Amino acid sequence: MSSMQQVLAAGPPVSVNGPRRPRGYRQLRGADFRWAIAFVLPYAAVFVVFVVYPFGYALWIASKPSLYAELVADRSYLPTVVNTLLFVGLGVNIKMFLALLLSGFFMRRRRWIRALLGVYVLPWVIAAAQACVSFHWMLQDQGLVDGLLSGLFGIYGPIWFNDRWLALGWNIIVYIWKWMPFWTVIFLAVRIKIPRDIHDAAEVDGATGARRFIHVTFPLLANLYLVCTLLSTLWTVGDFTTVYLVSGGGPGGSTDVLATLGFHYAFDTARPALGVAAVLSALPVLIPVVILLMRRLQASEVEL
Amino acid sequence: MSTALALRQPVRRRYRLRGILTETGSIFLGVVILIWSLVPVYNMLLIALDPEEGEIEFDGNLWPPEPSLEGFRAVVTQEARYLEHFWHQFGNSLYIGLLTMVLTVLIGSLASFAVSRMQLSKGSLLTNAALLTYAIPASFLIVPYFRIMHSYGLSDNVWSVIAAQVTFATPFAILILQLYGSLVPFELDDAARVDGASAPQVYLRIYLPLMTPALAVVAIYALLLAWNDYLYAAVLLAVRNMTVAVTQGQLFSDTDAPWNAMMVAGIIYVLPPIAVLFTLRRYVVAGLAMAYVTE
Repeated sequence: MSSMQQVLAAGPPVSVNGPRRPRGYRQLRGADFRWAIAFVLPYAAVFVVFVVYPFGYALWIASKPSLYAELVADRSYLPTVVNTLLFVGLGVNIKMFLALLLSGFFMRRRRWIRALLGVYVLPWVIAAAQACVSFHWMLQDQGLVDGLLSGLFGIYGPIWFNDRWLALGWNIIVYIWKWMPFWTVIFLAVRIKIPRDIHDAAEVDGATGARRFIHVTFPLLANLYLVCTLLSTLWTVGDFTTVYLVSGGGPGGSTDVLATLGFHYAFDTARPALGVAAVLSALPVLIPVVILLMRRLQASEVEL
Repeated sequence: MSTALALRQPVRRRYRLRGILTETGSIFLGVVILIWSLVPVYNMLLIALDPEEGEIEFDGNLWPPEPSLEGFRAVVTQEARYLEHFWHQFGNSLYIGLLTMVLTVLIGSLASFAVSRMQLSKGSLLTNAALLTYAIPASFLIVPYFRIMHSYGLSDNVWSVIAAQVTFATPFAILILQLYGSLVPFELDDAARVDGASAPQVYLRIYLPLMTPALAVVAIYALLLAWNDYLYAAVLLAVRNMTVAVTQGQLFSDTDAPWNAMMVAGIIYVLPPIAVLFTLRRYVVAGLAMAYVTE
């Protein structure tokens, strides 16, 4: 244990260039090679059985071109694509930006701010279904939101889920509420590791507050910010729960996103192939995002 | 000397003014964060304390007019409608959540140990390919999963949900473990190797202890992924094998359901992840503190 700490103290785990073993330092041979293969095997199996096969199967289900023609002809498809773009574009970007700013707030070493962090991560811990259902009821006529509006400002709230844009707006707000804490914690964990001397040096040069953030903190975090945004984009395109349980896709399916539309086709109208085609139509956008993500990750392994 | 003091005075005053402004600002921000985070939670409590079961309606109340613990009693005794299997479903949630957590940590750490510490050649191909999992978001694969699980003989079996959750949690786990692992020096691995430790010994005695903070993060992430899941549990499982989250979601617009009891179920459902978060928080904080100290 003590020797471990010594080594840790000797080689700071926050070194800017991670420890790199020289190339060709040691070739895996014999028992080592077999162990390494055995260690990788479980994940390789999971990957083949639960990723490659379902992928291939999905592509095969939705391979008929006529499905896509039918999709485009469907009046609800185009609005759904617009909703998905708005939901993901606004939701992800607002959330990530606020998370980055708030991680700076939670960096402050105050006891009450630490305690507040405990409350702040609560939305992440509450199961999505429960949180969304709570929001759904909160936004009913005379629910808590209306109660607060009339109690504080004397405004009589509209019927939130009767209007496409209001309902879509609330879906985005609930999404931000639910997922902002997770990314704040990620940013916080990384920002704590930025060596203090960098900040001290910046302070000596007179860079404080906003200027320090723009010229010192953000450039250090830029790559991470991009990686997180890309990853979050991929996850958010597949966010089914928020839309399904807050607005329910209503009014009249006008706030559906691709994930809920695909579910609707597959399980409510018993057209599974059409459902898979609906979601796979997002692939031309998603594949480049994944490739960009992989590129940035390879870069960040050196930079972070 | 005196001129220097006189010069310093206004500067100090300006600093103090700025300090007060920052303090006021952060208290204001703190209050906003508190309200933002807690209002939906408070709403759950508000509905949970309502004495009447069924026929949910609102009168713009900001606190329960006649608070009652009837909802809590009904849930604990499983008398509430739709919640007859509450404890069984709660057990399912725990089972799925904990197994997802353990399997993700195990499979993810073994793979990233072999690839980044033992440097299995071509191993990074696998860890890179893992990210392809996210090219089609989880919810997009529900139809193929539904059929595949059937062909694997896993329909209405909690293991189908566990398998799905592990599949979607592990790529992120590997990513985090690789990023964190690149900050941990190789010296200890090498020292142990020289002493004749085998690969599993290095994994157990060196790698796992050094990676504890990252493993804690991965564990929390995997648990919450399974805990948050609605779609997979809803589609792949029938009533008795369902998780608590599903029951609520499926009735979400049913004004006739006993919503006080439903919200109580929701509140109880929040407790296990909070417990796990607080247990593991120690390790995360320890890891972060270590980074502080060694700087």
